[in-house]
Amino acid sequence: MSAVKAKHQRLILVLISLVALIGAGLLAAWALRNQASYFYVPADMVANPPAPDRAVRLGGMVESGTLATAEDGVTVRFVVADGKARIPVSFKGIVPDLFKEGSGVVAEGQLDGQGLFIASNLLAKHDEKYVPREMKDMTEAQARQTVKETR
Amino acid sequence: MIAEFGLAALWLATALAALQLLCGALSLSGRGTGFGQIVRPVAVVQGLLSLTALIALIVVFMRTDLSVKLVVENSHSAKPMMYKIAAAWGNHEGSMLLWVTIMGLAGGFVALVERRLPERTMLATLAGQAFVSLGFYAFLLLASNPFARLVNPPAEGNGLNPLLQDPGLVFHPPTLYVGYVGLSIAFSFAIGALITREVSPAFARAMRPWVLGAWVFLTLGITAGSFWAYYELGWGGWWFWDPVENASLMPWLAATALLHSASVLAARNALRAWTIMLGVIAFSMSMVGTFIVRSGLLTSVHAFAVDPTRGAFILALLAIYIGGALLLFALRAGSVTEGERFAVSSRESALVFNNVMLTSILGIVLMGTLYPLVTEAMGQKVSVGPPYFNPMAAVFVVPMLLVLMVGPLLRWRADNVGRVRMSLVIPLAVLVIASIVGIVIAPGKVLPILGLALAPALAVASLLPLRGREIRRVRLPTWGMVIAHFGVAVALFGMASDSAFTSEKLIAVRVGEAAAVGPWQVTLATIEPVAGPNWTALEADLQARYSGGAAQMLRPQSRSFWTPPQQTNESALLTRWNGQLYTVLGDQTDDGRWQLRLWWKPFVPMIWLGGILIALGGILSLLGRVASDLRRIVARGKIADRREGTAQ
Repeated sequence: MSAVKAKHQRLILVLISLVALIGAGLLAAWALRNQASYFYVPADMVANPPAPDRAVRLGGMVESGTLATAEDGVTVRFVVADGKARIPVSFKGIVPDLFKEGSGVVAEGQLDGQGLFIASNLLAKHDEKYVPREMKDMTEAQARQTVKETR
Repeated sequence: MIAEFGLAALWLATALAALQLLCGALSLSGRGTGFGQIVRPVAVVQGLLSLTALIALIVVFMRTDLSVKLVVENSHSAKPMMYKIAAAWGNHEGSMLLWVTIMGLAGGFVALVERRLPERTMLATLAGQAFVSLGFYAFLLLASNPFARLVNPPAEGNGLNPLLQDPGLVFHPPTLYVGYVGLSIAFSFAIGALITREVSPAFARAMRPWVLGAWVFLTLGITAGSFWAYYELGWGGWWFWDPVENASLMPWLAATALLHSASVLAARNALRAWTIMLGVIAFSMSMVGTFIVRSGLLTSVHAFAVDPTRGAFILALLAIYIGGALLLFALRAGSVTEGERFAVSSRESALVFNNVMLTSILGIVLMGTLYPLVTEAMGQKVSVGPPYFNPMAAVFVVPMLLVLMVGPLLRWRADNVGRVRMSLVIPLAVLVIASIVGIVIAPGKVLPILGLALAPALAVASLLPLRGREIRRVRLPTWGMVIAHFGVAVALFGMASDSAFTSEKLIAVRVGEAAAVGPWQVTLATIEPVAGPNWTALEADLQARYSGGAAQMLRPQSRSFWTPPQQTNESALLTRWNGQLYTVLGDQTDDGRWQLRLWWKPFVPMIWLGGILIALGGILSLLGRVASDLRRIVARGKIADRREGTAQ
C-alpha cells in the first residue's frame, strides 16, 4: 500500500486529475442538456410545447383585462401574450412590484397537462433601469403588436 | 474641485503603476539594479493614491455634488448619510474604483511587509501586480470614469435602487471585494515565482498568509451576501445559483483548493506546479466573476450595476491576463521540478483528493454559469438553476466530505489507514445513525438526507485531530483547521435542514385573523402606515406564538420609495435557537385582505453561523502563521545580535 512506483508519480497524478476533471465536464454537459430551463415566447410554446413538468421560462406581455385574483387572495391568473399566441398562467404568491397588466413578465414554471402554465416565480421589470434580459428584445420586437392588439 | 482632485490622483496612481512595472522589469532583466530599489516605495505610494481617489469619490457622494454624473445617477440629497457613502460603490464606476483601490492597497501592503521572498521574486511579483492593475486603471479612466462632470447639473439626483438601501450594501461589497481582489496577490506571487523559477516551501509559506487573508474576507463576504439576499429579496431562499453568486463562489472554491495545496507545498515540497496553477486560477476566477457581473451578459437578480458596452473591454483584459498567465505557466511549468513523493494513503493524497474535488465543483459551477451564454450564441435562451447545480455539486461534495473525515488524521508522506481505524468508528457510527434518522423523518429527499447524515458525522470527525492532545498545547493553525472544518459541518446541517424541514404558508388574512405555519401561530394584529427618511410604508404588526407560548412581535413592511419610485417588501425575522420565522407582507386584495407569506425554517441560521466559523478558522490559522513568522524573525535577530556580540 505504502510504496508507490515512484518514478512516474507526477504523471499519474496529472492523469488522475485530468480524468476526474474531464469526467466532471462530461457529467456537467450531460446534466446541462437535461436540466437547463429553456426560454419560450407564447408563439413558440404553442407551436412546440415543452413536455409537461419540464421547468421552462415563459416571457411575454401580461394581456390587459386578464389579470384576476382567485378566492384565496394569493393566487393570480393572467394571460401572457406575444401578439401571435396566448398562454394562460397561474401563479400562487406575492407578485413583484412592477408586475401589472400591459407590462412585460418572465414566468418560471411548467405547463400542466391542460395547457395552463403553472408559474413558480415571476420576474417583472425591476424598475425602469433593470429589465430582465429576455424582455429587452421582446419589448422592441413585439410590444408594438401587443399594444395594437390590446387597444 | 474634489472630483478633479480624485481624477488627478487616479491618473497619478496609473502612472506610478506603469513606473512600478517598468522598474521591476528593468531590474529583473539586469539593466540597472538601482531601479529595483524604488519598486517597493512606488507600490506603497500607488496604493495610497488609489485610496485618495476612492476617498475623493466618497466625499463627492457625501456632499451630493450634483455636477458629478455618477452622483446624479445613483444618489439623492434626501438619502441617509450611510447610503450616500455606500452609493459610492453601489454602481459600476464606483465599484471598479473600489476594485483598483483594493488592488493598489494590497500591492502596497505586500511591498511594505513581505520580506521572506527572494528579492527577485518580490520584484517580479510587484511588477506583475502593477501589470494587472494597469489594465483596470485603463478600464476606469478610458471606459468608466467615476468623476465625469455634467455640464448642466440637475436639481436633484435619481436616487439609489431601494433594494440596495440596506446596511448590507455598506459592508457586503467592500468585504467581498477585499477577498476577490486580495487574490490578485496570489496571482502575482504565482507569476513572480514562474518568472524567477523560485517555487519552494518558503515561497508557499510566504504566499499562504496572503491567500488566507483574502479567503477569510471572501468567506465572510459570501456569507453576508447570502444572508442579505435571504432577508432583502423576500423569497426566503439563501442561495439561488445566480450568476453573480456563482461569480463569488468560483474564486472561493479555487482559493480553498489553493490554501490546501499551499499547505502541502509548505510542509512537504510537493504539488509545486499545481499550487502555482491554482494561484493563477483563483484570481482568474475573480476576473471572470467581475466580467460576468459587470458585462450584463447574464441576467441576475443581484446585478445592480451593469453595462453591456463595457463587457468587451473587460473581456479583452481577461484574455490578456488569464491567457498571458496560462501561457507563462505552459512555458515554465516544465522547468518546475517535480516535488517530493508520497504514498497513496497519506495526508498529501487526501489533500490531492480535496483539490481534485474542489476543482471539479469549480468546473461544474463554471460550466453551468457560462452555458446560457453559449446557447444564446446559438439562438437558444436558457437558464440554469438548482435542478442542475444541486445534484451536480453533491456528486463531488459528498466524496470530498467523506475524505475530509479521514484526511486530517493521516500523517504526511505515508500512513496506514488502519492506524486511524479506531478513531473513525465514532463518526461512522454517527453517519449510519444520522442516515437512518434522516430517511425516517425526511423520506424521499435524497440530498437533504445526505446532508443531514454527513453533517453530524463530519462535526464529530472534525474534532478528532484534537483527540489525545493537551488542549492548551494545540497550535493556532490546528485550531483554525478544526474550527473551519466544524463550520463546514454546521453550515451543511443548516442547508440540509432548511430544504428538508421548511414549512411555508401563503395566505390572505383580515386584520385580527391568524395563520399557522409549522409550530407557530401568527396573528395579524394591525396594519399601520409608517414613514422613513426617503420612503413611506405599510407596516404589519404580527403576533407570533411558538407552540402556544408568549406572543412575540414581528413588523414586516411594504415600503414605497420616492426616488426612484419603487416598492420593496421588507421581511421581518424572528430567530429562536432551533430556527427562524420569516414573514413578508404582500399586497392588499380587492376585498380588503392582506397577503402574508410565512416560513418556518428550522436551523436555517446555522448556514451563516457555519460560514462565520469557517472564516474564524481562517483567522486563527492566519494569526498562528503570522505569530510564528514574527517569532522566527525575532529569533533570527537575536542570533544575529549574539554573533555580533561574540565577534566583538
